[in-house]
Amino acid sequence: MMRSVRGRRAVNRAMTALCGLALLIALVPLASLLWLVVSRGLAGLSFDFFTALPAPVGEQGGGVGNAIAGTLYIVGIACLIGVPLGVGAGVYLAERGESRLGDAIRFTAEVLSGVPSIVVGIVAYGLVVLPMRSFSAIAGGVALSVLMVPTLARSTEELVRLVPQSLREASLALGVSQWRTSLKVVLRTALGGIVTAILLAVARAAGETAPLLFTSLNNQYWNWRAGEPTASLTVQIFNYAVAPYKDWHDKAWSAALVLLLLIGTLSLAGRLLSRNRFR
Amino acid sequence: MESPSSLPASDLTLAAGEPGRAPEAAPARVNLPDRAWAVLLTALGLGVLLVAAVIVGELWRIGAPAISHTGLKDFVTRSTWDPTRDIFGAAPYIYGTLVTSAVALVIALPISIGLALFLTEMAPPSVRSVVTFPIALLAGIPSVVYGLWGLFVLVPVLRNRAEPFLQRTLGFLPLFQGAPIGLGYLAAGVILAIMILPTITSISIEVLQTVPGSLREAALALGATRWEAIRLAVVPYARAGIVGATMLGLGRALGETMAVTMLIGNSPTIRASLFAPGYSLPAVIANEFAEATGALHTGALAALGLLLFAVTVLLNVVARLLVRLSRRGPARVRA
Repeated sequence: MMRSVRGRRAVNRAMTALCGLALLIALVPLASLLWLVVSRGLAGLSFDFFTALPAPVGEQGGGVGNAIAGTLYIVGIACLIGVPLGVGAGVYLAERGESRLGDAIRFTAEVLSGVPSIVVGIVAYGLVVLPMRSFSAIAGGVALSVLMVPTLARSTEELVRLVPQSLREASLALGVSQWRTSLKVVLRTALGGIVTAILLAVARAAGETAPLLFTSLNNQYWNWRAGEPTASLTVQIFNYAVAPYKDWHDKAWSAALVLLLLIGTLSLAGRLLSRNRFR
Repeated sequence: MESPSSLPASDLTLAAGEPGRAPEAAPARVNLPDRAWAVLLTALGLGVLLVAAVIVGELWRIGAPAISHTGLKDFVTRSTWDPTRDIFGAAPYIYGTLVTSAVALVIALPISIGLALFLTEMAPPSVRSVVTFPIALLAGIPSVVYGLWGLFVLVPVLRNRAEPFLQRTLGFLPLFQGAPIGLGYLAAGVILAIMILPTITSISIEVLQTVPGSLREAALALGATRWEAIRLAVVPYARAGIVGATMLGLGRALGETMAVTMLIGNSPTIRASLFAPGYSLPAVIANEFAEATGALHTGALAALGLLLFAVTVLLNVVARLLVRLSRRGPARVRA
C-alpha cells in the first residue's frame, strides 16, 4: 500500500504538529498554576504571615508561622533518620553492590520509590503513633524518612559511581585502607552531589501531605516537643482549601506560595551547588 | 547500563585484600576497621530491605484483623462501608480509584508520548534543554497545591464549560450524563493526568534516547519520512519501555492522595457517569484514618492501604523490569 509522497509528507507534518501541540497542552496547566499561586498568594503575604499563629475564621491577620516551623521541624527529624540510611545504602550499592544482594537492594529501592506516600503514613502510624498513643512530629518524621530513603539511595549510588576509578586506585596504591579511601576520597569527592541529592529529597519531603495527615496531624500553636502533634504547611493548606470560608481560601493560596518558595529555594540551592562542584 | 567502573574494581579490591568475601585468602591484609566499614555499609544496604519488610509487616499487622473479619471477597466486592456497624465493603473506593486512573491514562498517555517524541525526535536540542526544566517543575509541585488549583480553577472550568460541552456532544454515552457539578471522577482524572504526565514523559524520553541512531538513519535512508521512521523503527524498539513508563504513571495515579481527595467529591457510591462524585482508596484513608472509630475501622483502612500497596508494588516490579529490558534492546523483549 504505497501512498503518494505528498500524502506521506502531509502525514509527517500533521504528526509533528500534533506532537508539538502536546507540548503546549502540557505547559498550560503549569503556567496557570504558577500564575495563580503567585497572583492570588502575593496579596496575603506580610511579615505576620511568616511569624504569626493562625487566626480564627473571620478575624483579620494571622499567619502560618507555626506551620512553617513545623514543616522544617518534621523534615529535620526525617533527615536525621533518612539521610544516614539513604546515603549509606547508596554508598553500599556503589562500592559493594555488584552482587545478587546488591541487585536485590537496588531493585527494592526502585520499587519502594513507587509506593504511595499515604501507605507510608499508615506504617508510621503503626510504628510510632500506636505505641506512643499520640500523634507526633516524630511519627511525621519517620513517615517522611521512609519516603526519602529509596530516592536518596539511588541518587547517591549514581553519584558515587561517577567518582573516577583512578582516584580510588591512587588512594589504595598509597596504602590507604579501604574505609579511609571510601570516606575521605570517594565520599569527599562525591560530597557536593550528595548534598544536592539531599536538598532535593528534603524539597520533596517538605511538599508531602498525605503521610502527615495521621502522623504529625496538625496544631494551632507553636510546638517544639517531638512527641506532640505538630502543624505543617501542607496540612494547613489542605485544611484552608477545603474549608468553606473565603478568607481561608486566600490564606491557602498564600501558604501555597510560601511552600513553593521553600521548595524552589531548596531545589535551586541544590542545583547551584552541584553546578559549582562539577564545573 | 552497568557502570564501567565495575570492571577494574573487582581486581583492585581483591588485590587490596577484600575484607568481606575472602578473608582466608589473604588473612594478613585484613584489618578490623576495614571489616567494620564493610559491615556498616552492608547493614545500611540491608536497611532498605528492612524498610520494605517493615512496610509489609506493619500493614499486615494492622490490616489483617479487618480482612479476616469481613472476608477478603466481601471486602473487595461489597459496596457498603459503615464503620459504626463494622461493615466494610471497599468496592466504591476500588471503583473510583480505577475509573479516575483510567481517565488519567486516556488523557495523559497520548500527550506524554507525543511530547516525548517531539522532544527526542523532532525538536531541535535547544528546545529540549529549555523544556526539560518546566517538565521537572511540573513533577516537583506538591500534590496539595495541585488540589488547590484544581478546586478553584479546574472544577469551575469543568462545571461551566467542559462538562456541558461533553454532555451536548457525547451525551448519548452514559459516561457523560447527569448534572455537571464539577467535583467528581472527571475532575480527579484530569488532575491525575496533569500529575502523571511528567512521569510518563521523562521515562519515555529516557527509553527513546536508548534507541540506536542507526535504526533511525536506516529508515530515513530508505526514504521514510521522519514520522514513518518513528512509527516503523523507533517506537517498536522502545515499545516495552514505553509500556513500562505508562505502568509507572498508572502506579502514581492509583496512589495519589491529596489532589484526588480534594476533587473527587468524596461520595461512597458507584456511578457510571464521570460527572458524578465518587471516592478513591487513598482518599478514604486520608479522610477517615485520623478519626477512625476503633481498631476494626483503623484496620479496615490499613487493609485498603495494603491493597493499594500490593497493586502498586506489582505494577512497579513489572514496569521496572520492562524499562530495564527495553534499555538493553528489544530482541529479548519480543522473543
